[in-house]
Amino acid sequence: MGNYIKRYWPVFVLPTLAAFIIGFIWPFIWGTYLSFFSFKTLSKTTFVGFQNYIDLFGKANFGFTDALGRTVIFTAITSVLINVIAFFIALALTRKLKGSNVFRTVFFLPNLIGGIVLGFTWKTLLNGVLSGMNMELLALNATHGFWGLVILTCWQQIGYMMVIYIAGLQNVPGDILEAAAIDGATPLQTLVKIKLPMVMPSITICAFLTLTNSFKLFDQNLALTGGEPNGTSQLLALNIYKTFTEYPKFKGVAQAKAFVFFLMVVAISLIQLYFTKRKEVQQ
Amino acid sequence: MKKIMSLVLALALVLSCASALAEGSVYYLNFKPEQDTQWQELAAAYTAETGVPVTVVTAASGNYETTLASEIEKSNPPTLFQVNGPVGLANWEDFCYDLSGSELYSHLKSDDFALIQDGKVMGIAYVIETYGIIANTALLEKAGYKASDITDFASLKAVADDIHARSAELGFDAFTSAGMDGSSDWRFKTHLANMPLYLEYKARGDFSQTATIEGTALDNYKNIWDLYITDSACNPAELSAKTGNDAVAEFVGEKAVFYQNGTWAWGDVSVLGAENLTMLPIYTGAEGEANQGLCTGTENYWCVNGEAKEEDIQATLGFLNWVITSDLGRKVVSQDMGFVAPFDTFTGEYASSNPLIQVADQYIADGKTSVNWCFPTMPSESWKDGVGTALTAYAAGTGDWNAVVSAFVDGWATEYALAH
Repeated sequence: MGNYIKRYWPVFVLPTLAAFIIGFIWPFIWGTYLSFFSFKTLSKTTFVGFQNYIDLFGKANFGFTDALGRTVIFTAITSVLINVIAFFIALALTRKLKGSNVFRTVFFLPNLIGGIVLGFTWKTLLNGVLSGMNMELLALNATHGFWGLVILTCWQQIGYMMVIYIAGLQNVPGDILEAAAIDGATPLQTLVKIKLPMVMPSITICAFLTLTNSFKLFDQNLALTGGEPNGTSQLLALNIYKTFTEYPKFKGVAQAKAFVFFLMVVAISLIQLYFTKRKEVQQ
Repeated sequence: MKKIMSLVLALALVLSCASALAEGSVYYLNFKPEQDTQWQELAAAYTAETGVPVTVVTAASGNYETTLASEIEKSNPPTLFQVNGPVGLANWEDFCYDLSGSELYSHLKSDDFALIQDGKVMGIAYVIETYGIIANTALLEKAGYKASDITDFASLKAVADDIHARSAELGFDAFTSAGMDGSSDWRFKTHLANMPLYLEYKARGDFSQTATIEGTALDNYKNIWDLYITDSACNPAELSAKTGNDAVAEFVGEKAVFYQNGTWAWGDVSVLGAENLTMLPIYTGAEGEANQGLCTGTENYWCVNGEAKEEDIQATLGFLNWVITSDLGRKVVSQDMGFVAPFDTFTGEYASSNPLIQVADQYIADGKTSVNWCFPTMPSESWKDGVGTALTAYAAGTGDWNAVVSAFVDGWATEYALAH
C-alpha cells in the first residue's frame, strides 16, 4: 500500500493541484500583477507602479479604511460569539439527551443555505421586526445593519462549528473522564482542566474558520444591507467589489485593495494558528 | 452509407466554417433579458437566409458591464454590444467602430439618437422609451376626476391630496409605494432625478455632461418627492424595504391610481386594460410646465466592436441593416419586442402596438415638449446611490432635505472628478 502511494502520488495530487493552480495560483499571480497597472479591460493595461497603492490610501479610498475598522470589530465579535455558543451547544448535545441528533441537525441546517438567500431572508425578517418595534429599518441605520449582520453570521455558522466541537468532545477518552470523576473533580474542573485542553485542535480549526469567514464575509453583507446607508455598513470584501464595479477607472486600485486584503487574511490566520497550536496537547 | 453520410457532414462542416471565415460572423452581446427569445429568433432567421452565423448571448440582468469586460478579451469577442450613454461610452470608446458611413446610420431619424464624439458616430440608439406617471383612469373617475383635470403640479397635487384624504372611503390611495429597494429605487434616484437635471440643463441651454451642477431645480424635485411619499398608503419610514413588485401589485390590485414608470412596464400593467390606462407628465411645479410632455429618450445604444476582424465588422453591419429593413426584422422589433425604433424604416404597420407608446405619441402630436433623458449624463452609479440613500433617509425622517441637495450637488462634483 505504502509503495503504491510513493509511486503514484502525482496521480492523486494532480487533479487537486491542477484545480488549485487554475483556480487560485494563476488568478492570484495575475491579480497581483494587475494591481500595478491601470486598466479597464485586461488587454489594455498601463503600468503605473505603486500609484494604485498610493491612491488606495488617498483619493480612491472609498471608505476602505473605515471598512477595515468595521471588519476588525465585526470579526472579533462574531468569532467570540460563534465559538463560545457553538462550544456550549456542543457540550449540551454530547450528553445523552433524548433527541440530540434532531437538535444537531436543526442547528446545522442554516449552513446549507447560501449566503445571498440568507441575506435576503434575514433582511425581510429583521425589517419586519424593526418596523414592528417602530425602529429605523436596516437600510437607514448602519448600527442596525451591523448587528443584523452579526446575528445572521452567528445563526449561519454556529451549527457548523458545533459539529466540529461535538467531534472533538466525543474524542475525549472516557477513561480520563472516569479517572477525574473518581478523583472527585467537579464538572467545572473537568471542563477546564480536561475537556478544553483535549478539544484544543477543534478550537484551532474553528477559530481559523470563524476568523477568516468573518473577515472575508461578502454575500451576506451584499444581500442584507448592500453597504447602506452610504457605505457605512460595508465590510472589506464588499468595499473591494464596489470599487471594482462602480469605478471602471479604478479597477487597478480595487485589485491593489484585494492584494492588501489577501495579506491581512494571511497574517491574521498565521498569527491565530501560531497561538492556538501552542496550546494543543498530545493525547 | 453511414460513412458517406459522415463524410458529407464533415464536408458541410468544413465548408460552413470556410464560408464563415470568408463572410465573417456576428456575435451580439444582448443587454435586455426580456427580449432574448426574439433576438435568438432573428439570429436563426438571418443565418437561414444568408448563411452568416449569428450568435446572440444575453448577459444576466445587472451583469452586463462585467460580462462585456470578460467577453471582449476572448479570441472571438462580441462584434456588437451596447452602452447606456456618454458615461458608459467612456469605458468602451476604444472599442467603438465609427458608424458614420454605415447604412444603419443613414436610416437614423435624428442625430439626437446617436452618440457622436469628435465627429465619429460611436453608438446608435435602437429603442426609444418613454416614462411618466402611469394613471388608472377608471379609479380616477371613481374619485370624481378625469385625467384631463391634471395639467400642472398644482392640479396633480390637488387631486392626489384629495384621493389620499378620502382613501379609506375610496378603497385606494393616490400613489403606489415609492420603493427604495434596489429593484425599484432607480425610478427615483435616476428617472425622477432626471427632472431637476433636465430643468437645469434647459435653463442653461446645454444638454451635454457637465463637471458641476448647481441644483437650481431641486425644489421641484422636492415637490414631487414629497407628493409621492405623502399621498401614498405606504409609511414613508418603510420605503427602503419596498420593492418594484410591491408597487406593481398595488397598481394592478387597484390600490393606487398613480404609478411612475415607463412604456416598458406595459406587460406588468396590461391586465388593467388599455382603456383604463394613460400616462401623465411628471409635473414638478416648474415654470411653463403646462406644455410639458412625457420623458422620452434612450439609454440603449448599439456599438460595433472596431477591434473585431474586418469581415466580422462587415457581417455585423449587414445583420443590423437587415434587422431594421427586412420585413421580419421590422416585425419582430416593433411587434414582438414592442420597441419604438428610431429608424425611418419603421413606418405604417411597423409602428409599435404598445398602448402606452400610443399615449406617448399623442402627447407629441398635441404639441407638448418631451422631457429629454438627461440621466445618462449622471457621473456614476455611486452618485445615484448617494442621492437614493439621501432620499430614503429624508422620507423616513432620519435625514433632512439638505442631505439630498448635498448628495446631488456636491456628490456630482466629487463623482465627476473621480470619473475623469
